[in-house]
Amino acid sequence: MTPIDYYIHLDNIYLKAVVYVLLAPILGGLLAGVDRKISARLQGRIGPPIIQPFYDVFKLFRKEKIIVNKFQNFNVNLFFVFMVFTGSLFFLGGDLLLVIFALTLAGVFLALAGFSVNSPYCHIGAERELIQMMSYDPMIILVAVGMYQVTGTFRVDAIAMYDEPLIIYLPGVFLGYLHILTIKLRKSPFDLAMSAHAHQELVSGLKTEFSGSTLALIEIGHWYENVLLLGIIYLFFAFNSLVGLAAMLILYFFEIIIDNTYARFKWELTFKSTWLVTALFGAANIIILYYSMQP
Amino acid sequence: METIIFLIIFPAAISLVLLSIPVKSVRRLIAVIANIALIAGTIHLMYESGGETVRFELENIWIERAMTVLEVALSVYILYMGFRFRRYLVVLFTLAQLALLVHFEAFVSPTVHVAHNLFVDNFSIILALIIGVIGSLICLYAIGYIEEYHERHKESEDNRRVFFFLMYLFLSAMFGIVFSNNLKWIYFFWEITTLCSFLLIKYHEDEESIESAFSALTINLMGGLAFTAAISYATIFAGTLELDRLIAEGGAYAVVPAALIAFAGLTKSAQFPFSSWLTKAMVAPTPVSALLHSSTMVKAGVYIIIKISPALRGTPAAAMLSYIGGLTFLVASFIAISQSNAKKVLAYSTIANLGLVVACAGIGTNEAIWSAILLIVFHAVAKSLMFLCVGITEHKLSSKEIENMDFLIMEMPKVSAAMIIGISGMFLAPFGMLISKWATLKAFIDFNPVMAIILAYGSAATLFFWTKWMGKIITIKYGLKNREKVVSPWEWTTLAVLSFMTIGVCIIFPILSSALIEPYIIGLFGVSPSMDRFNIIIIMIIMLGLLTILPIGLMYYAWLNKDYKRVGTYLGGANVDNIHFLGSLGAQRTADIRNYYLDGFFSEKRLYNYGWVTAVFLVILMLGVVIV
Repeated sequence: MTPIDYYIHLDNIYLKAVVYVLLAPILGGLLAGVDRKISARLQGRIGPPIIQPFYDVFKLFRKEKIIVNKFQNFNVNLFFVFMVFTGSLFFLGGDLLLVIFALTLAGVFLALAGFSVNSPYCHIGAERELIQMMSYDPMIILVAVGMYQVTGTFRVDAIAMYDEPLIIYLPGVFLGYLHILTIKLRKSPFDLAMSAHAHQELVSGLKTEFSGSTLALIEIGHWYENVLLLGIIYLFFAFNSLVGLAAMLILYFFEIIIDNTYARFKWELTFKSTWLVTALFGAANIIILYYSMQP
Repeated sequence: METIIFLIIFPAAISLVLLSIPVKSVRRLIAVIANIALIAGTIHLMYESGGETVRFELENIWIERAMTVLEVALSVYILYMGFRFRRYLVVLFTLAQLALLVHFEAFVSPTVHVAHNLFVDNFSIILALIIGVIGSLICLYAIGYIEEYHERHKESEDNRRVFFFLMYLFLSAMFGIVFSNNLKWIYFFWEITTLCSFLLIKYHEDEESIESAFSALTINLMGGLAFTAAISYATIFAGTLELDRLIAEGGAYAVVPAALIAFAGLTKSAQFPFSSWLTKAMVAPTPVSALLHSSTMVKAGVYIIIKISPALRGTPAAAMLSYIGGLTFLVASFIAISQSNAKKVLAYSTIANLGLVVACAGIGTNEAIWSAILLIVFHAVAKSLMFLCVGITEHKLSSKEIENMDFLIMEMPKVSAAMIIGISGMFLAPFGMLISKWATLKAFIDFNPVMAIILAYGSAATLFFWTKWMGKIITIKYGLKNREKVVSPWEWTTLAVLSFMTIGVCIIFPILSSALIEPYIIGLFGVSPSMDRFNIIIIMIIMLGLLTILPIGLMYYAWLNKDYKRVGTYLGGANVDNIHFLGSLGAQRTADIRNYYLDGFFSEKRLYNYGWVTAVFLVILMLGVVIV
């Protein structure tokens, strides 16, 4: 029995949530560190130490607080709170649809933070963030729909304990999810709304006017989010926890490769391609599955 | 039974009183008392009824005669208007209706006996609550609104007595529709709503208003024609004029009238291909739009579709109905993205949400009907709030454009707060519309995955256009003066009550569901869905979290004058001040921030045409499969 199995079979949902709240930022931060290291090696650099993201965040917390207006940081705090809440809801085994809706709520708060500053760069970042949300939203709902069709439940804990591999029934949905995962992880070619890299026309997009501890909260919020997104990958392979773990790591590595080998798309292409992929892989998979499961 | 008759007669009586009294202050007093009485009446009805369906006889030859006379008078008036404004389509529809009615009264009517003319069940109580409470609130708001309307539109003739006459008559007719069991009665009230909406949309009396009013009239008369055809068919073939008996005993003969009535419902609830009248109706004074959109008119359409849907269950017509609803939801949500006129965004959002209700009715499972009723309730509350907010900003900003709502939260903080509640109520967790969309999604998956996919895409579009609107109003800039000091107390009261109601219905939603909706669904299907308790708890946690964090957080940020370093926004390093920068040639330029409307993808013109053609095709199929 692996630790993952042990975790899934825990009965105490509060304990599960606490484990997530404590461990997710550590795992997320480490993943970000590994990401930077691998990216550096792919680019022929040595790269920062693996725990560099933690250094960065700690340093951000010690920075002087600089603001444009009094209220701008409020929405970021809300984003953070609801992101942690969403992740906890997923890892304690709640309803997958509710997780998706709560994730949307957190995303809306982040976009609103960008809008509220009244800065052109933040604004365009927020608009693009919304376009991204609109792009990936259908697919992420279809993930839940597909899992429901196979397992008959929306409960994450029940889906995680399902014996058969979901990937066999939902290959198209899985491919669609991989597509939007690139958006959600804010990887190139879809890093439209904000970016760690220097993008001239966007400056830092949504994050432009946020600094210090608020920026740190955005960062940690993304760590929580990334762990949640990998958790959804796990569900496709939940029949065996080792396979699931391997899938998460391999696919994360795959996303890093994509990130380093693609130039950025325009928002039009991002939007079109995502809805198209959602239709061709996700929707088609679900309709075929529906008819194949008819008696 | 007395309560029902009170609810139908009383608003009509009040409307006549308001029409005849020339003194403004007396009219206001009467209106306030009348609205309190109406709200009390509907709440009384809720407590009085035990949840069962109760039918009443109320047979009286004089009622029948009075209705016939009034109906003919209505038709004559519409004919007159049609000739006067040279709208011959209107004339044609009216003449066809008259011919059918005369034929009906002369040859068919004497042969049938109607056992129950009125009825009440939980569904009509829910509708009555919406009409009574929200309708009354809108009427109160209108008292303040119309005053300012006439100050701003000096060219418009001051017919406010007629205006309030029509508003209350509208409520009366709506009560009539939801309590009538006799199809002829429903039709009578149906036609009154058509005429009232026509006159209310025409209120401004300029060219655009008249054009829009006739558009509404033409489309609704087409629905009325289908309704008369349904009545004739039902009496001749199914031998009954009663809605409940038609559904229960009509069998194969119920399908054609049911499809025709559903057709009438589609026209009234502005589904594709009949959506154009509702978007054009936005020229009317805002309380009229609020009334048409949230508590009356369009709700009458979906009410009758839900009511009649059991007669269609399992037929291809029902499938067509659900596709029409799904198509409407999808296309209207897409079009809303490209709209910058606040009222048009609201109009398309209404059309879209009603599309979901129609789709649920077409599916017709217990889950689907449950979510359809939830959608109606939550939509009515949040949408009326949104309209009333836009009504205020429209006057204060002298514009309906969302693009002019920059910094609204600094200029009109309270109205903005209400607007944010309204917008959240339309699409965000943990508010009502999201809860009902969730229920709808579950109902769709079990029925047909295509519908679930449509819902997934449509919801994504919904998310986009609401959030960008919300982003617009919460943009912050200092040094603006407060513009909401002159909003009348009538409008404030309504706005406050509706804001609390938008939140309140979400909090009491489990009670609402178990006390009113579930018994009704059990009565229809024997089993009723209900929401998982764990999920309800989570939703309540989110709700309570928002309700505590938001005010406390806002106060924290507003009052604590933190000595953080203030900087200007980043403008490529070429700032002059916070909004001006130096361009590449050294000229000073202003950074002007505008929203995306994605016209290349979601232009109204193109999408509307696609949607229209497809919907016409589906409507032809819906009627075709039952007639052939």
